[in-house]
Amino acid sequence: MTELDVAGRLALLERMWLIRAFEEKVSELFARGQVVGLIHLGIGSEGSAVGICSALRDDDYVFGNHRSHAHAIAKGADVDRLMAEIAGKAAGYCKGKGGSMHISAPEVGFVTATGVVGGNIALALGAALTSVTTGDTRVSVAFFGDGAGQSGGLHESLNLAALWKLPVVFVCENNGYAEFSPLSAHTVVERLTDYASVYSIPAVTVDGGDVMEVRRAADHAVARTRAGEGPMFIEVLTHRLRGHYEGDPAAYRELSEREEWTTRDPVARFRAELDEAGVAADTIAATEAAARASIAGAAEFAVAASGPGLDEATTDVYAL
Amino acid sequence: MTTELRFIDAIHAGLQASLAADDAVVVIGEDVTYGGPFGATKGLADEFGRHRVRDTPISEATVMGMATGAAVTGLRPVVEVMFVDFITLAMDQLVNHAAKLHFMSGGQLRVPLTVRVQGGVRGRFGAHHSQSLESWFTHTPGLKVVAPAFPGDAKALLEAAIADDNPVVYLEHRGLYWDKGPMHSDPVDGAVVRRPGADVTIVSYSKMVHSALAAAERLAESGVGAEVIDLRWLEPLDTATVFESVSKTGRAVVAHEAVTRGGLGAEIAATIQREAFAELLAPVARVGAAFAPVAAAADLEDAFLPGLAEIERAASSLMTFGPTPA
Repeated sequence: MTELDVAGRLALLERMWLIRAFEEKVSELFARGQVVGLIHLGIGSEGSAVGICSALRDDDYVFGNHRSHAHAIAKGADVDRLMAEIAGKAAGYCKGKGGSMHISAPEVGFVTATGVVGGNIALALGAALTSVTTGDTRVSVAFFGDGAGQSGGLHESLNLAALWKLPVVFVCENNGYAEFSPLSAHTVVERLTDYASVYSIPAVTVDGGDVMEVRRAADHAVARTRAGEGPMFIEVLTHRLRGHYEGDPAAYRELSEREEWTTRDPVARFRAELDEAGVAADTIAATEAAARASIAGAAEFAVAASGPGLDEATTDVYAL
Repeated sequence: MTTELRFIDAIHAGLQASLAADDAVVVIGEDVTYGGPFGATKGLADEFGRHRVRDTPISEATVMGMATGAAVTGLRPVVEVMFVDFITLAMDQLVNHAAKLHFMSGGQLRVPLTVRVQGGVRGRFGAHHSQSLESWFTHTPGLKVVAPAFPGDAKALLEAAIADDNPVVYLEHRGLYWDKGPMHSDPVDGAVVRRPGADVTIVSYSKMVHSALAAAERLAESGVGAEVIDLRWLEPLDTATVFESVSKTGRAVVAHEAVTRGGLGAEIAATIQREAFAELLAPVARVGAAFAPVAAAADLEDAFLPGLAEIERAASSLMTFGPTPA
């Protein structure tokens, strides 16, 4: 794939702003009690979500994890319905039955997220199996964190995907923390790409602070796996700028580390890049304004929307 | 002439018919191209191709998750879990994804997945190859559970499970595999009364239906008419057929091979007592295994396994309540 022109790069920046603004708004609504539950925000991982998903076709499949608002938005989910879902409203994608950790927006290829760490990876293999069985060329992406790296599900899935040459791209967002502990407390393996190498899966580590670097790696991986060359693995070094969940004071994290990552913010960095490339300041600023306006609208929509009918507590248990 | 097949061959015939009827059906499991340990899938890979009948590594968790992911994106997978004991490895995917995705997605996703699992006590296989875990499945909203007792149902109910848009756990008792019987095109929903009787209802499923029928023979010799109900589906449970029978007999024994404590018999007994209390002449009796793992030694396996004698004893004890049969 050729490099993006200015309009294309501005579209990526706007999508990153959409995620940033969405997550900040969720945080705000949570603080006000208008969103409740267990909320995991992806502030700081916009470069990964947008870099990967911008390399996909609309009909490709994405499977998210417990921290997947960003992935759903990057795949094209409607922010009004997504915000309504997180707020537990009838107008949400899942009528409020999924919530923050179980988003499903299949109409845009975001099949499902999961609250079980590592649980979505095998599901992504299944979508890839559908592709190879029906003979279409859709690619399936599983997003997971470094915490899932030590799960049996990942290792079984790497083995099986390689064995069957399934069109899967494994995307490990390594933010350095598995729940409340650093990765070093979970494994002696330093580069999670090593896991892929064991199963002969080509793997690369990229800087999640650089959306274009992520996108280039994704383009390469998606093209290869779509061509039938088997699964690919991308480790994206990223960071969550919030705690594990909303309300987590993140006392286990060094402040200096936080400072360092704030300066590596993928949104600020990409904005600066466009500025250096000579894109007009007004044009750049307009992307943030447009995104924030959309999200303000989404929040208004979600807060005003009606809750699901109480009969929904027991409907959809079985498909009729 | 009615076709007679062994139970295991009826399963094979059901798979064959389903693979032929719908290109979305795929068979996935350990050694399925070879035919598995009992030959249920033998020859299907040659007939339908290795892209539709696929051998997997011994990775139950991922195979179950993969099949679920395939089901929500358009396939109709049939997963074989070689022994029900090993479904423990796949319970996360089965319970957290297969069973819940339709609900959690607000109805957007459908999970037309069939999980064939073989289990039960037969052959002195010990505690890792002999269990009856159906209560784990019936306790999970979103799963359907079916446990045929006769070859004709083995084929018909398997085809129904595969055609269903929900995840269905299809339980096979290996002690039934070599039984022969006719195929049928009868309705596949609900329970079936296998033997009519006026004095006591015996509710059962899978292999225990045969013990119930044998017990009914013995009871008849002492003048007790036992009605035997083969539930077939454990979820959804056909309580209407059970209540109808119990309101006639006033007495009920629920019999299964699984351990009694916390078993499906407890649920059925409680339901009968709630819905048909006024009709009951006696407390509902339960027959099941002791609260213990299955031992490998032949004598101990026999001591553990409930059957004809236990059902007959339970039914006879209920006859001490209420009027004596005419």
